[in-house]
Amino acid sequence: MTSTTSAPPAQQPKSRPGDRIFAGIAKGAGVLILVILAGVAVFLISESVPALTASPDEISGDGGLASYIGPLVFGTLLSAVIALLVATPLAVAIALFITFYAPRRLAAGLGYVVDLLAAIPSIVYGFWGIFWLAPRLVPFYRWLEENLGFLPFFVGPVSSTGRTMLTIGLVLAVMILPIVSAISREVFSQVPTLHTEAALALGATRWEMIKMAVIPYGKSGVIGGSMLGLGRALGETMAVAIILSGSAAGITWALISSANPQTIAANIALQFPESTGLAVNTLIASGLALFVITLLVNMLARWVVNRRADFSGAN
Amino acid sequence: MSTSIEQSSAAPDTSAPSPNPLGGHEKQAPWVPWAMFGAAAVVALGFLLLTGWNVVLFVIYTVVLGTLGTYVLSRVTEGSRKAVDRLVTCLVVSAFGIAMVPLVSLVYEVVRRGAERFDGEFFTASLQGVIGPGGGAYHALMGTLIITLLTTLISVPIGLMTAIYLVEYGSGRLKRSITFLVDVMTGIPSIVAGLFAYALFVLIFGPGVRLGIMGAVALSVLMIPVVVRSAEEVLKLVPNELREAAYALGVPKWRTILKVVIPTAIAGLATGVTLAIARVIGETAPLLITVGITNALNFNAFDGRMATLPVYAYYQLTQPGVPPENAIDRAWTAALVLIMLVMGLNVVARLISRLFAPKTSR
Repeated sequence: MTSTTSAPPAQQPKSRPGDRIFAGIAKGAGVLILVILAGVAVFLISESVPALTASPDEISGDGGLASYIGPLVFGTLLSAVIALLVATPLAVAIALFITFYAPRRLAAGLGYVVDLLAAIPSIVYGFWGIFWLAPRLVPFYRWLEENLGFLPFFVGPVSSTGRTMLTIGLVLAVMILPIVSAISREVFSQVPTLHTEAALALGATRWEMIKMAVIPYGKSGVIGGSMLGLGRALGETMAVAIILSGSAAGITWALISSANPQTIAANIALQFPESTGLAVNTLIASGLALFVITLLVNMLARWVVNRRADFSGAN
Repeated sequence: MSTSIEQSSAAPDTSAPSPNPLGGHEKQAPWVPWAMFGAAAVVALGFLLLTGWNVVLFVIYTVVLGTLGTYVLSRVTEGSRKAVDRLVTCLVVSAFGIAMVPLVSLVYEVVRRGAERFDGEFFTASLQGVIGPGGGAYHALMGTLIITLLTTLISVPIGLMTAIYLVEYGSGRLKRSITFLVDVMTGIPSIVAGLFAYALFVLIFGPGVRLGIMGAVALSVLMIPVVVRSAEEVLKLVPNELREAAYALGVPKWRTILKVVIPTAIAGLATGVTLAIARVIGETAPLLITVGITNALNFNAFDGRMATLPVYAYYQLTQPGVPPENAIDRAWTAALVLIMLVMGLNVVARLISRLFAPKTSR
């Protein structure tokens, strides 16, 4: 495509040692990436073998490894899915605003402002979540319990600190907003101008143009982008570790009570510094589960995004 | 661009003779939606003055009432298609407004609380022997700088050479799989990178090991893919004519890369590296489990625990000690310094790309 590999000259070039060494180093660095990724998997597996082979009563808790990791996986997925449900519509709307609604001159600046959300370290989100957001959400949670308490998500008693699963979902939503909206923006800006102008020329309103020309074109890109966001949310650690008041609640759908399942990443961050022996291996085993989950989600997302790139008119 | 077209496409509506495709409605004057939102603000103000003032509810009521009012009015005067268009416009603008709430409140909160201890002692003193007020984060700041420096020293050569391989040499399956795995690597959770470094060093030093270099290895796993990605983009932008001109002069390929390609791309490479540093400097989780925390100064990344700014902030917040206020103030200041570091690096990156961009291009 971008023809970076220049065509070899007709006559065989002189083989210089410098060329061979440099090419070897470059190739070695590339292969090292493969080795590192394989190393992550191998070392995680080798360190979690003791936990995998231990008898169930040695694992903390009392039901063995599966019942230790199960609620953590549930908590991880639940928080990430809430984040995804909140962030995706918001991010798509923001991307539409920046691409089609904001004044041309402001658009780049507004995009940069949204990207600033990605620059803030996750621990600072934790500080903000526990001191600013959580207390302000408590009245809202009380209202939810009074009016929608019949739903399994909003059963009481409401947490008095606001450090609940729903709070985490909202904080994670803010954290993945920039990546989802950045990818959506990129896709929307690649919509062929011919399509959008044709729709407008036929008398479509701006929304009809978006509905008929932009959304069908950008749909798979948005799906891929939100799955990348899901991958981020699954692995987010410090914000969850600080904000969520996790307990051994097991699997529960209650989002606003003080009994919440912990997430894998936050559980590792909280337990690891004080753990020794088999507990460390157990935590590494849970990290392995997280690695596998995020790997699958990311591979699927990349596949969706790349598949779109293959037949988009933009390149 | 599309806005101007939208206006010109709307123009026939007003001038078109009947039968108008939109049902013969007049086009609304541009000030009508603004007036509607002003009226909504007045109604919300009046309602809240009766029931009790609350700035959040005021904004919510104004936006909801204004949106509904605009929709209904437009539906009556302009027809349903225009009304839906206006409704979506309101929703899209509100979405952007919603996204600004966390950003503004977060920056405001961190600056307000962090300013408390933003003083000389914070940057010159460690926490050794400090109980109660005073003390600083000099040791944590140094730890962060040392570990970030080591991370950069590991990541940049590997990342840059990988990008050179992908752009200049790579082909076929190896190139495709490296590209794919670099993408996958950007999605590795930071805590898993930390566990990897721990598992690696446990094999060498035995369980319970905590070293600064472990943190650098963990952060490298996170930083390398970012460097590869950005360097690859930049190297691809170098015009092929430059390479061909060098080859035509008989310059070997490796010298062409070192003397022609990299100098041309150096501004973009520096920008990418700076942004990659900004990406890892605020990472907490991998350092928490590989480097640990200490209250004393430790400049040696190969001997024992080190303090780092994010981990310092975390422990000051979660284990503040007996009068918690002092430690929590220090935690906020550490968070403020972290944000300033990250934002500063972002600004530096933009400056580099603006000041040192190759003069011939664009």
